[in-house]
Amino acid sequence: MCLAIPAEVTKILPDEMAVVSMDGVSKEISIALIDDIAVGDYAIVHVGYALAKIDPEEARRTLDLLRELSTERQGAVQ
Amino acid sequence: MKYADEFRDKEIAVGLAKAIRAEANKARPYRFMEFCGGHTHAISRYGLEDVLPTNVRMIHGPGCPVCVLPAGRIDMAIGLAMRPEVILCVYGDLMRVPGSQGASLLKAKARGADVRMVYSTIDAIRIAEENSAREVVFFAIGFETTTPPTAVMIRMAEKKRLSNFSVFCNHVLTPPAMKNILESSDIGDKGQFEIDGFVGPAHVSTIIGTEPYEFFAKEFSKPVVISGFEPLDMLQSILMLVRQINEHRYEVENQYRRAVTRDGNLRAREEISDVFELRDRFEWRGLGQVPYSGLRLKRSYAIYDAELRFEMQELCVADNRACECGAILRGVKKPVDCKLFGTLCTPEMPMGSCMVSSEGACAAYWAYSRFRDHRQRRAS
Repeated sequence: MCLAIPAEVTKILPDEMAVVSMDGVSKEISIALIDDIAVGDYAIVHVGYALAKIDPEEARRTLDLLRELSTERQGAVQ
Repeated sequence: MKYADEFRDKEIAVGLAKAIRAEANKARPYRFMEFCGGHTHAISRYGLEDVLPTNVRMIHGPGCPVCVLPAGRIDMAIGLAMRPEVILCVYGDLMRVPGSQGASLLKAKARGADVRMVYSTIDAIRIAEENSAREVVFFAIGFETTTPPTAVMIRMAEKKRLSNFSVFCNHVLTPPAMKNILESSDIGDKGQFEIDGFVGPAHVSTIIGTEPYEFFAKEFSKPVVISGFEPLDMLQSILMLVRQINEHRYEVENQYRRAVTRDGNLRAREEISDVFELRDRFEWRGLGQVPYSGLRLKRSYAIYDAELRFEMQELCVADNRACECGAILRGVKKPVDCKLFGTLCTPEMPMGSCMVSSEGACAAYWAYSRFRDHRQRRAS
């Protein structure tokens, strides 16, 4: 139930619905729980509802930090 | 897949594992509970336990909504589904959860009950509109993640004036369960278990935010790191927990910043508080009765409450005595400690709920061959 993957919004529909693409699969979901979502945004989708938008800036920062953490120890004793 | 593949980079994972090995103090254990079944699944799927040093242990917690639903509530749902006028709409994972005497919704369906799997609460509304002569009941389960969709559905039913629609509500809350585990972790007869920190749930936290966990960090002196579901997310979170322990810090840190904020999703939280109120207590499989841990519909929405509409009687059923799901859900035992695991109890024929959902600890162990360690241990 909790295994959700990031979905890209491809079309906004009436009645707080939207079409998202999940790893190439299109699905109609509800955007009733999210404010101001637009085509091109990525969201966490769970049981047919977008729960949160993914912040691209924060994702980039996390990736930078991950790279930094993993290279800090390069050459460290196992 | 954007926002997934880049968080599965093997080279970075190796570097993170090295960092954990280098920074974990060999003279002490680090016991971290991942509350959420999604994390349990990821740990098994990516073999994360294999890259952790032996003194860093992951304890699998009760955060799998299907697993913690007690057999009595399943029996109540089966009773409802067997009524000829009822169409019971359920999330797919619920179909094979064992009630008492090996009963399940799937078997009830085979006996003629009209049980329908839905992907979303919106499907349940559609089914109610298409079947105005029947009573459509939605079997609502799950933590704070699935609660807002149930609330949206109830308000939609009200807007559409659906008189043939109701909800069998089993929604539960994460923080009271975490508190229950911490408070009972020193009770001798349940098997003593010390937890040094928590990997906090990802999707629950998108809704409730990081603020509710601050209480644990302070009250119990336990670090909490809210973590994403990808392997790099989890390794980074484990490293953050190791660092907190080493530095004697007990804080709530947010590793999953790309989707989680301190306040969470205010709109979703509003939906929850509009429609639901706290129950005095609710039964959890493995934890027993937990005070103020479950939700029911507010009085103003009573007409949509299936328990009132069908005068449902509360049923309490003891679990199979040989099944260790209870101890596994509390993190006291591992799946391989259960005599039934992989013998009488498999995903095809689950005896206990931890084997039913792919997020259950037993199903995760089974699917990703974690039981081999156990066989090897036995053989040696």
